[in-house]
Amino acid sequence: MELYEQTIHNLQTQLQARQVSSVEITNSFLDRIESTDQSINAFITVTKEQALLDAAAADQRIAAGNCAPLTGIPVALKDIFLTEGVRTTCASKMLDNFIAPYDATAWTRMKSQGAVLLGKLNQDEFAMGSSCENSAFGPTRNPWNKDHIPGGSSGGSAAAIAAQQAVATLGTDTGGSIRQPASHCGCVGLKPTYGRVSRYGVIAYASSLDQVGPMTRDVTDAALLLGVIAGYDPKDSTSVDCPVPDYTAALQQGVKGLTIGLPKEYFIDGLDADVQQAMEQAIAVYRQLGAEFVEVSLPHTNYAVATYYLIATAEASSNLARYEGVRFGHRAKDTAGLIDLMMQSRSEGFGAEVKRRIMLGTYALSSGYYDAYYIKAQKVRTLIQQDFSEAFRSVDLLLTPVAPTPAFRIGEKTADPLQMYLSDIFTIPVNLAGICGISVPAGISSNGLPIGLQLLGRPFGEETILRAAFDFEQATQWHTKKAAL
Amino acid sequence: MRFQPVIGLEVHVQLKTDSKIFCGCSTRFGAEPNLNTCPVCLALPGALPVLNQKVVEFAIMAGLATNCSISPTNIFARKNYFYPDLPKGYQISQFDLPICLAGHLDIAVGDQTKRIGITRIHMEEDAGKLVHGQGGGSGVDLNRAGTPLLEVVSEPDMRTADEAVAYLKKLYQIVTYLGICDGNMEEGSFRCDANVSVMPVGSGTFGTRAEIKNVNSFKFVKAAIEYEIARQCELIEDGGKVVQETRLFDPNKGVTRSMRGKEEAHDYRYFPDPDLVPVVISDDWIKRVKNELPELPEVKFNRFLTEYSLPEYDADVLTSSRPLADYFEQCAQTCNNAKAAANWVMGELTRSLNDNGIAIEDSPVSPAQLAGLIKLIDGGTISGTIAKKVFEDLWKNGGEAAAIVEQQGLAQVSDTGAIETAIDQIMAANMGQVEEYRGGKDKVFGFFVGQVMKAMKGKANPAVVNDLLKQKLAG
Amino acid sequence: MSINQHEIEHVAKLARLTLRDDEKQLFTGQMEAILAYVETLNELNTDDIAPTSHAVPMENAFRPDCVAPSIGHDRALANAPDKNETYFRVPPVIE
Repeated sequence: MELYEQTIHNLQTQLQARQVSSVEITNSFLDRIESTDQSINAFITVTKEQALLDAAAADQRIAAGNCAPLTGIPVALKDIFLTEGVRTTCASKMLDNFIAPYDATAWTRMKSQGAVLLGKLNQDEFAMGSSCENSAFGPTRNPWNKDHIPGGSSGGSAAAIAAQQAVATLGTDTGGSIRQPASHCGCVGLKPTYGRVSRYGVIAYASSLDQVGPMTRDVTDAALLLGVIAGYDPKDSTSVDCPVPDYTAALQQGVKGLTIGLPKEYFIDGLDADVQQAMEQAIAVYRQLGAEFVEVSLPHTNYAVATYYLIATAEASSNLARYEGVRFGHRAKDTAGLIDLMMQSRSEGFGAEVKRRIMLGTYALSSGYYDAYYIKAQKVRTLIQQDFSEAFRSVDLLLTPVAPTPAFRIGEKTADPLQMYLSDIFTIPVNLAGICGISVPAGISSNGLPIGLQLLGRPFGEETILRAAFDFEQATQWHTKKAAL
Repeated sequence: MRFQPVIGLEVHVQLKTDSKIFCGCSTRFGAEPNLNTCPVCLALPGALPVLNQKVVEFAIMAGLATNCSISPTNIFARKNYFYPDLPKGYQISQFDLPICLAGHLDIAVGDQTKRIGITRIHMEEDAGKLVHGQGGGSGVDLNRAGTPLLEVVSEPDMRTADEAVAYLKKLYQIVTYLGICDGNMEEGSFRCDANVSVMPVGSGTFGTRAEIKNVNSFKFVKAAIEYEIARQCELIEDGGKVVQETRLFDPNKGVTRSMRGKEEAHDYRYFPDPDLVPVVISDDWIKRVKNELPELPEVKFNRFLTEYSLPEYDADVLTSSRPLADYFEQCAQTCNNAKAAANWVMGELTRSLNDNGIAIEDSPVSPAQLAGLIKLIDGGTISGTIAKKVFEDLWKNGGEAAAIVEQQGLAQVSDTGAIETAIDQIMAANMGQVEEYRGGKDKVFGFFVGQVMKAMKGKANPAVVNDLLKQKLAG
Repeated sequence: MSINQHEIEHVAKLARLTLRDDEKQLFTGQMEAILAYVETLNELNTDDIAPTSHAVPMENAFRPDCVAPSIGHDRALANAPDKNETYFRVPPVIE
């Protein structure tokens, strides 16, 4: 097995046993990136020199016996995370030349353990999209079939795992942006409970919905990486101050005796046949593993997309107001005065989807429409959250599909934004409710594309969904299937 | 047509915290541009606000001191608009649930007291500054961005410019007394926006108001409001209509002007800030703040009247600022002569401070030193005239009054023998004036007093001199 | 809910965006479709429901009034498109 094919926990063992060095591992990945990324386009920036310096430093640290879980492990981050001294673009022309002057907290926690940064990954611009087609740096292609999308917005993060260009990556999830690409690319993607991981240093899209999460080859790595990045951050007022358990310890508990809810609104007729089949098989596996199933109802599911697209766009329209060409970022040339400078800079710097969402959000907040749109959406959000609270009274976790279909073709849905939005129906409610969710590989479609299954847990119930995911993964081994590049 | 002016005031009070409201940058005034900045107040991508607890404490103090109710839950909201001194493209403020509601201040209007309502007080952040003439453009300095402000909004209860100024002075006194604002109006610590409208006398409907923004002195507030009232009355009488707009006061010309380049009314699109969580204030917290509130000016004033038996004028002057009141009190309690302390503080001390442009907190003569001086006068050791010299010495060189008097031999002479001798000598040398005095010219007495004091180098006890002179001159 | 091009222009101005004519047309149509879709929320009676601003209930996230080091001029101005010594520079602003 090549070094670039391995998991964090495998590499850790080898590093500590001095069987391999971080520099060797890092070079393995850098070569892999070089030979594969031309056709995948997962990376916006590759930090080759710094990576090798970090690797050398990590090797010294290991030699001194000062090893942490991520020491010497090469990772990559969605280009939404600020990484000091490194270009951070958020896949936007607006930040094409932006060099981050500070580090995101989540990255700091990894860096302080001696993780090695391979580079920054492609995404939908400002995290707005479900296909990675809204990037100013071109779309990322799904390593399983390069005519298809990898999913979005953390498309690069998922593709990099699938193409074995990094051991693990970080993504962000506002409406499904970790879970859906993880599902489309056959890797593990976890969205923690809102407030579990610090948002400081993560370029904001929708503040009350954004969460940072790990994207990895297997569940063990996800548990490990979550443990590193999770925890209270005084720099983030929405960060929750509660202890971080040992997520890897929870894995062995298995799924026996757990009650899993199947929300009937998620198992609809419109599901793709392959997805339907994968779900049925997964349920069968879980029964064998000793879980019990109960049908539950989340009656307000069908209102989630509308709710999301009012709240997220409203918050985004305000969060993106700081991009006006004054203190950083793209500034238009030959403008006629200040207002023109701001308007031109923003119009040139933002892509179409970003502009669309800013417009929608501005409208939803504007005078005369605030109550009808924004407040209304926040009220429906309450109902959606109540649906989950109610369901969790009788079940320990929920099982659902991640997306109605496997990854669609590049260009297939770009003409109709609303159609694109509707495909997020299974992931969006999770962000609105603030609960946690994980996507694990659960099958391959008849045309060779991965299908994931989603497990949803109570707020701060990551241990429950991780152990259920682990049991399933070990029983089915879907995660060992690799994309043939 | 006779018009009734209606005035409401919005005051922005800059809070005297060490760090900004949402980040740890220093609030110190006068630093080099953009020195006191960080990702949060620069509004860099990914930065997040975290609330300075002291700002909440100060807001509660302000609310209690102005009789407001403190909201048990209060929320921050974003006020969205674009301007280069507003780096996030929104200001974090409070909209629906401000921290304080429904208070009031009482002001003196002639002999009467008038109650001015306070609609609300809320917390918000200050914007940065725009500086002109930067190589063909304007410069943005974000040092001030993120400085904590309290916005105090009054009810439109004022009817004259004088009432407005009285309200402002009262509010100013309170916030400086509380120690939550440094009161430095030149540096922008206390900024006033005035909403002015006029309505026909007897009408129940307010007229359209104009807002005069950012007036930074009491004198200018008075002038601006008076001008605006006159402008509006004239406009209406000429058949025109007052437009709801923002105006600036030009202190050089004494006029208000409509602000150029302001487009149609802003739609601020207020919504609760998702990056911040609600501020919940318990009864216990309010109680604690209440117990720790410093004595407020009105209470202190009344106490000075009764405890020190001071006349109202003195009490008023001495309580006009807390450092002044504290100085006076320390001095009075040490020398046990409140009236003397009051006279010296309001007189010599204030004069010397003003002449040298020094604040009382930086006075070279401490309350204890002044008290020492007063004790010497009360004990008859020195005369009032000599005391003034000793004060100057204390001011320039420090030390203790008693030591100065001894070193320089300034103790006054009360020894009747020495004084009599001096009087005799002077009378002998000035028989002409003696005759005039005895002939009924009372004014000549002063001449003799002067001569005696001169001969005794000012050290004669004046009371003794008076007595003896009277006796001897009487013949 | 129909939204006309005039409203699109107004919203664009509020958001400091300039749209080309073809963009205005495209956005008008797309936004109309999206707004029509979100109308479905009106099927729900939410009269007695409180809005949710924060998914996970939190309160009183404070920091003490302590001065922390600032990042310094170099880093603050590092990404400035135009600067004049210590200022960010913009076209002249008339007030």
